[in-house]
Amino acid sequence: MLLRHTPKEVKDRKALTINPAKTCQPIGAMYAALGIHGCLPHSHGSQGCCSYHRSTLTRHYKEPVMAGTSSFTEGASVFGGQSNLLQSFNNLFSIYDPDIVAVHTTCLSETIGDDVSQITQKAIDEGKIPAGKHVIYASTPSYVGSHVTGFSNMCASIAKYFPEKQDYELDQVNILPGWVEPSDMREIKRLMSEMHVPFVMFPDTSGVLDAPQTGFHQFYPKGGASVPDLKRSGASSFTFALGKFSSEAAGEELRKKCDVPYEVMEVPIGINATDRFLMKVSEVSGCPVPESINDERGRVVDIITDMQQYLHGKKVALFGDPDILIPLTEFLLAMDMKPVHIVSGTPGKYFMERMKEIMGDDFETGNVKNGPRADMFLLHQWIKNEPVDLIIGNTYGKYIARDENIPFVRMGFPILDRIGHSYFPVTGYAGAMRILDKMLGAIMDQMDREAPEEKFELVM
Amino acid sequence: MSFEKLDDTMMKTYPTKVYRKRKKAAMVNDPGEVKEIQANVRTIPGIITQRGCTYAGCKGVVLGPTRDIVNITHGPIGCGFYSWLTRRNQTRPENETSENFMTYCFSTDMQDSNIVFGGEKLLKDAIQEAYDLFHPKAIAIFSTCPVGLIGDDVHAVAREMKAQFGDCNVFGFSCEGYKGVSQSAGHHIANNQIFKHVIGNDDSRSDSKFRVNLLGEYNIGGDAFVLEELFEKCGIELVATFSGNSSIDHFANAHTADLNLIMCHRSINYVAEMMEVKFGVPWTKVNFIGAEQSAKSLRKVGAYFEDPQLISRIEEVIAEEMLKTDEAAAKYRPGTEGKTAMLFVGGSRAHHYQDLFAELGMKTLAAGYEFAHRDDYEGRRVLPSIKVDADSRNIEELHIEKDPERYSQALQDRKAALMEKGMEFSDYEGMMAQMEKGALVIDDISHYEMEKLVEVYKPDVFCAGIKEKYAVQKMGIPLKQLHSYDYGGPYAGFDGAVNFYKEIERMVNTNVWGLIKAPWSTQSAMSAKYARGKHAVASHT
Repeated sequence: MLLRHTPKEVKDRKALTINPAKTCQPIGAMYAALGIHGCLPHSHGSQGCCSYHRSTLTRHYKEPVMAGTSSFTEGASVFGGQSNLLQSFNNLFSIYDPDIVAVHTTCLSETIGDDVSQITQKAIDEGKIPAGKHVIYASTPSYVGSHVTGFSNMCASIAKYFPEKQDYELDQVNILPGWVEPSDMREIKRLMSEMHVPFVMFPDTSGVLDAPQTGFHQFYPKGGASVPDLKRSGASSFTFALGKFSSEAAGEELRKKCDVPYEVMEVPIGINATDRFLMKVSEVSGCPVPESINDERGRVVDIITDMQQYLHGKKVALFGDPDILIPLTEFLLAMDMKPVHIVSGTPGKYFMERMKEIMGDDFETGNVKNGPRADMFLLHQWIKNEPVDLIIGNTYGKYIARDENIPFVRMGFPILDRIGHSYFPVTGYAGAMRILDKMLGAIMDQMDREAPEEKFELVM
Repeated sequence: MSFEKLDDTMMKTYPTKVYRKRKKAAMVNDPGEVKEIQANVRTIPGIITQRGCTYAGCKGVVLGPTRDIVNITHGPIGCGFYSWLTRRNQTRPENETSENFMTYCFSTDMQDSNIVFGGEKLLKDAIQEAYDLFHPKAIAIFSTCPVGLIGDDVHAVAREMKAQFGDCNVFGFSCEGYKGVSQSAGHHIANNQIFKHVIGNDDSRSDSKFRVNLLGEYNIGGDAFVLEELFEKCGIELVATFSGNSSIDHFANAHTADLNLIMCHRSINYVAEMMEVKFGVPWTKVNFIGAEQSAKSLRKVGAYFEDPQLISRIEEVIAEEMLKTDEAAAKYRPGTEGKTAMLFVGGSRAHHYQDLFAELGMKTLAAGYEFAHRDDYEGRRVLPSIKVDADSRNIEELHIEKDPERYSQALQDRKAALMEKGMEFSDYEGMMAQMEKGALVIDDISHYEMEKLVEVYKPDVFCAGIKEKYAVQKMGIPLKQLHSYDYGGPYAGFDGAVNFYKEIERMVNTNVWGLIKAPWSTQSAMSAKYARGKHAVASHT
C-alpha cells in the first residue's frame, strides 16, 4: 500500500494540505503564454519557480518548453527585482529574439511588491524593448487561486494588450478555449472549420506543444495565435469564453477594450456541453451545424447505447480543474453514471453552485468540495468510505487507483506517465468518443483481469 | 577542438556584459595545468538556465529520499506540488506497514492572508495536524521564498512543537528559493540541519567489523539498492546512506561508522567534514559509476580496513562481477566504440558518467556541472583560494567542535597511518584533472550555448535533464537524462554498468532518427496519372 497512512476516518483539517488537487498560478501563465506565436514566457522571481514550471510542462507534453527567469538571489529579494528584470529584457531580446516576452510574477516578486508594469514601462522608456517587439505581463502570486487562475490572468493580459478596437465588425468570432490540451484546441478549431465559421483562437498551444519531429529545434514552433490575429480579434463580432474559471476574465477584457460581446460557456466536453456550444456558434454565425458533425454526434450516442450496461450506475471519483470537471460531470450523468466524489483545489464559489445545478439530488448525497484542503487525501478517504468503480483525474491518481484496485482514466493536468492528451482531444464529439473509449477500456480491462475463468468472456 | 570555434559559435552573439561573464565559465581542458573556472556565481537574469533553487536542493534532493520524515513545505502550494514524487525517490520500507511518507505531499498552502498576517499559526496547526494524523518520528519544515520575506520563524515553531510532542523530532530548514545561486545552497542548508538535529542522536552500534556510510547517493533508479547489495556481498555494513533509501534512524546512528564514502562531493561534503571534526570519522571520495570505478572504490574500503579476509572477499566479488560487465561491454561495445558524448548535469554526475562512457569506448567531448563550485572542477586544493561572496555568506557555516566523548582518535590514527602509505583522504581531485586534454568544460551551461554545442559538434548522445531533453532530441540527437535516468536504471555498481551499456547502445543506434525525413521531402512523388490539379498539389506541399 503506497498510501498506507491514509485513514478511513475523515477529520476536518484547517491548516495542512495533503496531496493537493491544484498547483500554483505561474505555471498556468506560462502555459497560456506558450499559446502565442513567437512568445517567450518569463518568470519574474527565483529561478527555481521557472525550473519547476518548465519541468512539469515538459514532463506533461514531452516537448521543449522555453522560458526565461529573472534569477533572483537574496539581494534582489531585498532590494527589489527591477534591475534583474531590466537585464532580463536586454538578454532575452538579444539572445532569443522573441516577438513577445510574457512576464509573470511569482510569490517572491509579489511579496516584495515589484511593480512589473512600472518596470516594463521603464524598459520601454529607456529603449530596452526593440522596436516592433512586445512585452505583456500578468500578476500571478502563488498564494492566490491556483494554476487555473494564473492561466486566466495571462489570457486576460493577452486580451488587454493586443486586440485593437475597430469601428467595423469582422465576420469572425473569438474562441478563448480555456485551459485545455493542444489536441482540444485543434479539435475546437476543426469544428469551427467544419461549420465554416471564421475565428481567432487564443491562446492556441497546438503546433507549439505538439510540434513535429523535424530534426531541427524550432525555438518558436509554427503554432500559436499570431500577433495580427490577436490584433484582429478586437474586431470580431463575438467571443466565446470557454470555461468560466479560465476564460471569463479574458472575455471581459476584450469587451471592455473593444466592445466585443462575449458569452461564458462551458468547455465542450461531453454531449450536452458540445451541443450548447455548437448551437451558440450556429446562432451567432448563422452557419448551420453540418451533417458531418451531426454524424459524429450520432456515433457518440451510438456507442453509449451499445455500451449502456457497462456505464449505467457506475460510481466515479473525479479530481481536477473546475472548467473540466463541470462538463465532465454533466457528461457522466448523461450516461447514467454516478459521480460521487469530486474535488478541485481551485477556489471559487461558482464551482459548487454549478455542480449543484448539474447534479441535482446527487449533489446532496455525493461529496463535492473545492478550495482549501479539497485535496486528494480527502478524496482518497471518501473513496475508502464509499468505494467507486472508476477514478478520473491527473497522473497523481494512480496511487489511489493502485491501492484501492480501481480502474483509472487519466484526464487533466498534469499527466506525466502516459501520452495521448496532447494528440487526442477530450472536447467535442470526437473527445466524447475518446473519453468513452478510455473509460470502457479501463472498466473492461479490470473485468477481464479479475473474472473467474468460467466467466472470462470473448465478446463484451 | 579549438576554443575560438567554441567562442565564435557559442558566445560571441551574447551582449558584451553577458559575453564577459560567460567566457570565464567555459574553457578547453588541460589536465596538466588545471585553470581557474568560474563557478557557483549568480545566473544571469534572462538566461534560460538548467538550474533550480535552494528549496529544490534541500527538500527535493537531500531530504526527499528519506521515507519516514513528514516533510512539510511551508509556503504556497506550488513548491510542494512540484517536488512531489518527481525525483524518483525509490525506497524499501522494512515491511508493508512501516512508515513511508514518500507518496505524500504536505503543504501549508499559504494564502494571501498568511502573507499579510504571517504564517506561523498556520504552520503550527499544520504540524499538529500532521502529528495527530501520522504520529511520525520526525517532522521537517521547508521554507519557501515568501516565508523568508515575511519573517516566519520556522525554527522557533519547530522547537516549540518538538517540546510539546516530546516523541517527535521537529526541525526546520531556511531553504528559501532565493538563497544562494542554485540548488547547491539548499544542499548545504540540508547538511547543516541534519547534522544539528539528527546525526549523533543514537549511539548504538552493531558488532559488525566494517561499518561505513555512503554519502551523496540518492537512489535514483534504484542505484542505492544495487550498492546495498554489493556492500552486503562483500561483508561491509552500510550504517547510513545519505540519503537514498534512507530513514531517520540511520541518520541518527551514522556517526558510529568507521568511514564515510562520498559519492556526490558537491551535495554532501559538508556532512563528511562536520562528522570528521566532531566524531573523528575520516572520509574519502569514491565513485560507483562504472565497473572500473566501482572496483576501485571497493578496494579503497578494503585498503582502509586492512583486513586480509575483507580484502580477499572484495577481490572475489570484483572478479565475479567483472565477468558480467566484461561480457556486457564486449557485447555492446561494437555499437558504441568511437562515438561521442556530452554531459551537462548535476554536481558530480557529469564527472562520474565519463567513466561509463569510457568503458563503452566513447569519448566525452564536453562536460560541465549545473550547480558545482570551483573545487568540483579544479579539486579541493583550490578551496583556500575560493572567495566567499555575498550569496554564499548567507548560508550558515556551523561551528563544529570535537565531541569530547564520542570523538574517535583511533580512526584518526588509522587515517594518519594510511596517509603515510599514500591513501587519499579528505580530497577530491575534481573533474578537470581527470578529463582529456582538449575536451570542453563549461559551468552552468545556458540553453543557448547547449544548442550551439549540439549544432557544431553533433555528439552521438547528450546527457542532461528533462528541460533540455526534447530540445536536443528535436535536433536529432538522443538525450539521456542523468537526473531521472529517463525512468531507467539503476546505473550504479556492476549491475548498473551493464544496464547503462545496453541503454546507450540502444540510444546511439536506434532506427528512429532515420525516419525524420519523409520520402517526399527528398524526392518528388508526383508522377501518377490520376491525381490532378489543385488537389494533388495541395496535398504534396
